Amino acid sequence: MVYSYYPGCTLKNKAQDLDRYARLSAKALGFELEEIENWQCCGGVYPMARDEIATKLSSVRALADAKAHGRDLITLCSACHNVLKQVNNDILTDEDIRTRANNYLKLDDPYMGETKVIHFLEVLRDVVGFEALKEKVTNPLTGKKIGAYYGCLLLRPSGVMDMDNPENPKIMEDFIRAIGAEPVIYPQRNECCGGYLSLEDKEAVAKRREKIAQSAAEFEAECMVTACPLCMYNLKKNDSNIPVYYFTELLAEALGVKN
Amino acid sequence: MDKREEVLRISGVNVRKCMRCGKCSGTCPSYDEMEFHPHQFVYMVETGNIEPLMNSESLYKCLSCFACVERCPRGVEPAKVVEAVRLAAIRQKGNNHLKASAVPELLDEDTPQQLLVSAFRKYSK
Repeated sequence: MVYSYYPGCTLKNKAQDLDRYARLSAKALGFELEEIENWQCCGGVYPMARDEIATKLSSVRALADAKAHGRDLITLCSACHNVLKQVNNDILTDEDIRTRANNYLKLDDPYMGETKVIHFLEVLRDVVGFEALKEKVTNPLTGKKIGAYYGCLLLRPSGVMDMDNPENPKIMEDFIRAIGAEPVIYPQRNECCGGYLSLEDKEAVAKRREKIAQSAAEFEAECMVTACPLCMYNLKKNDSNIPVYYFTELLAEALGVKN
Repeated sequence: MDKREEVLRISGVNVRKCMRCGKCSGTCPSYDEMEFHPHQFVYMVETGNIEPLMNSESLYKCLSCFACVERCPRGVEPAKVVEAVRLAAIRQKGNNHLKASAVPELLDEDTPQQLLVSAFRKYSK
């Protein structure tokens, strides 16, 4: 199975591990990520204003490219996933945005929201299947207590993202079980890490970071996993000394393809 | 167009749906950083009291985490109101909150590209 793949800006730079381990794992699991040609940055945050068009066009180009190849579009970064999926929803549900975006792009085949945007975790759950994944694990992380950190963008707004229950999600916990480890459920797992505030208000983000890390520590997590490079940046140097990994790194490790 | 109309148009939000339960502010991870909280944004836009919001640092403390959007029992979507007021402010010439010249000293060796593009999209036009 070949999927169109949108890596996003950070996976080509500071979050190369998130990308690299996903590609190695996909190969081991029998599917292929084919990077979209000439993709452009999604902008990192979904433009909520109803009159914004230019800031949505890079997403529409990626969505239209996947459609032209007749493929679903896979994402890894939580932020890219959120932006692409919300913009796709705009094209599907908002005639004004659909018309204006197509007026700008003048594609040979107008884009009407046909592409399915799927997060890598959803491929593991819905295509590979967590039971089948478990059978392919050669190096189970037995006994390791892992706190899934969802943050905000994978789950919300749930009406559009439609990945899991936004208040009591389990996709990452099921993933953790599939790689042989033990999931730790803690209260702060789906509360924001402080996001882009860390550029100019590091104190506010430090408060968020310590609250999240303490919450994970209190429930005896040995480490946390995330799908988001900004969550990684904001959380990794915490006073509770809880390491943070990309979920793809632990996946590659469990599949025996990390090196 | 007056500011209230402008904000309502940009956001697409019906602020009159708010029943003032305060759940948006109760769940906001940036609550302690804000002078005006999400429920106040909704109420002040409803009553046309926009200027204090336009001039408040609170505009730049919202994390766009969608917690208030998800948890509002009335589907008001307060984050879209905050975003609309912020845009009404920074779309005016000279009002960019983040200037490119300020960025180099804000960086460290691990700063992800995602942080920069997100901040620019939120803080500048």
